[in-house]
Amino acid sequence: MSESTSVMTRERAPVAVREPAPVTTPRRARRAPGKPLTWVYALLILGSAVMVFPFIWEVLTSLKTLSGASSVPPQILPDPFTTRAYTKVFDTLPFWNLLGNSILLTVIRTLGQVLLCTMAGYGFARFHFRGKNVLFIGFLAVLMVPGQLFLLPQYEIIRELGLLGTIPGIALPGLFSVFGTFLLRQFFQTLPMELEEAARLDGANEWQIFWRVMLPLAKPGIIALTLLTALWSWNDFLWPLVVSGSVTSMPLSVGLSLLTDLRLRDDALLMAGALLSSLPMIVVFLVLQRQFIQGIAFTGTKG
Amino acid sequence: MARLRGREAAPRRTAAQLSRGRAWWALLFIGPAGLGLAVFYLWPIIRGIYLSFQDVGPFGGETFVGIDNFIEVFAEPDLGRALLNTLLYAAICLIGIPVAMIVAVLINTKGLKGRGLFRVLFFLPVVTMPVAVALVWRLLLNVDYGVLNLSLRAIGLPGVAWLSTPVVNMVVIAIVGIWMGLGTQIIIFTAGLQGIPDTLIEAAELDGAGPVRRFVSVIVPLLSPTTFLLSVLSVIASMQVFDLIFLMIDPNNPAQSQSQSLVSLFYAKGFLQHDLGAAAAIACVLLAIILVLSAIQFRLQRRWVHYE
Repeated sequence: MSESTSVMTRERAPVAVREPAPVTTPRRARRAPGKPLTWVYALLILGSAVMVFPFIWEVLTSLKTLSGASSVPPQILPDPFTTRAYTKVFDTLPFWNLLGNSILLTVIRTLGQVLLCTMAGYGFARFHFRGKNVLFIGFLAVLMVPGQLFLLPQYEIIRELGLLGTIPGIALPGLFSVFGTFLLRQFFQTLPMELEEAARLDGANEWQIFWRVMLPLAKPGIIALTLLTALWSWNDFLWPLVVSGSVTSMPLSVGLSLLTDLRLRDDALLMAGALLSSLPMIVVFLVLQRQFIQGIAFTGTKG
Repeated sequence: MARLRGREAAPRRTAAQLSRGRAWWALLFIGPAGLGLAVFYLWPIIRGIYLSFQDVGPFGGETFVGIDNFIEVFAEPDLGRALLNTLLYAAICLIGIPVAMIVAVLINTKGLKGRGLFRVLFFLPVVTMPVAVALVWRLLLNVDYGVLNLSLRAIGLPGVAWLSTPVVNMVVIAIVGIWMGLGTQIIIFTAGLQGIPDTLIEAAELDGAGPVRRFVSVIVPLLSPTTFLLSVLSVIASMQVFDLIFLMIDPNNPAQSQSQSLVSLFYAKGFLQHDLGAAAAIACVLLAIILVLSAIQFRLQRRWVHYE
């Protein structure tokens, strides 16, 4: 009884939203056409505006003059319209060099991590040997540890190897990932055992079973890990900041941060640099949005 | 041919031989990644904890100093403030979770058009470089000519020095952090929503529950495992905040020394002052705090998380 009264009172409040039908009519639960959806649209459009406005402002500012970017009252549209800031990005930063480094680092880390994690994930899912669980739990503990604890010893190792300030030095620790191994292991575990047996009866060896039979079946997991690793690598900041040292091995993320050190603050320049540096990953996302979103969803449900 | 050989060979091998053969294959599959993980992740944990008890000279000489590094960092006023800043940041970031849940429910409303577009728009900041995010928001929040302050002044309110007022700047940067991570949380909530059977929601609908009531009494409890997962992940991630603070609060900012996170302090100790022992001690403190906070969350989950 108290149940129904509370429903009644809750129903009263948004009068404008729903038709004021009495609770006793069982079929009234069908939506009043259009009305609640109007509210949903209104809220979502408002939210989207908050998400998108900074990007719009970024683009507009990047096309303004030095004084136009910081004028009061603000210029909404660039006046005059100029690509000066973009030219200046290329003059101030070795942009192509940084872009090349970012691409190289992303390709190396993504390919390496996906291959190694897939193999290890398969190994943990499909083979049984003594100490496997202990080893696996040991690796999982790593997931709890903040990245900074690894950072100093990783830095020491890279220094000892003489790889400070080099692309391989920045890329090396990122070839390995507990998270990726765990994600792929979850995938391989769900595949039916019969497939493996059938392939074995056909005389395939373990590598052939892995490469020809299991790998194609784990494709959604592999695509997810590929995109997540690429995204992480492209945006990674602290590690390359510490290891790169100079522009020769620096990725875009670190290079971009150098623009803030300029004596004269040029907001148009900063926005042009920010846009150029994030654009490649945004384009990849817009092309592969379904796979990206699927990949994130996997990490929530499987990870 | 290969097929024939396989069939002949199989019965001749004993079970033990077979499993020994399999063990070699297991080594082949796990070995390369296992070695790398051991060298770059397991060993660094041991080494990092070890370093926190050492005084490391500028050229690498190490002497055992017990808990001196911890005493040193705790004695500094910077650490207490960095700790409070980081906890404040992490606490505010949690507000993003209910926001993401509401947006996820809205985006998944039946009959909504343009769902794909909304999802893309909310996800856009996730794929944007954090450095770029920091630069854009720094401009929007600029005290003199940022859009936010200019809008406030336009309606007669005073502007706020968002980034150079201690505490206020942490709150603001945390909101930027929420803005940046909302898309991921929305996607994970969407996956959780798809796990809720339609029949349950229809049953509530037939019982006369309106949209708000359905959300509060059906959807929120059924999503609680997802909410829990996201809150654990959110705390772990936001305790490690660095990029946004490092880039939004530059060295010229008058509040810079009061606006450090634990990781910015770690970076300053380790890579600017080259005091590796103290930096390792800060990382250990961070590890301990994350473990404690995660343990508390796991403890509390019994009170509010419903598993089917």
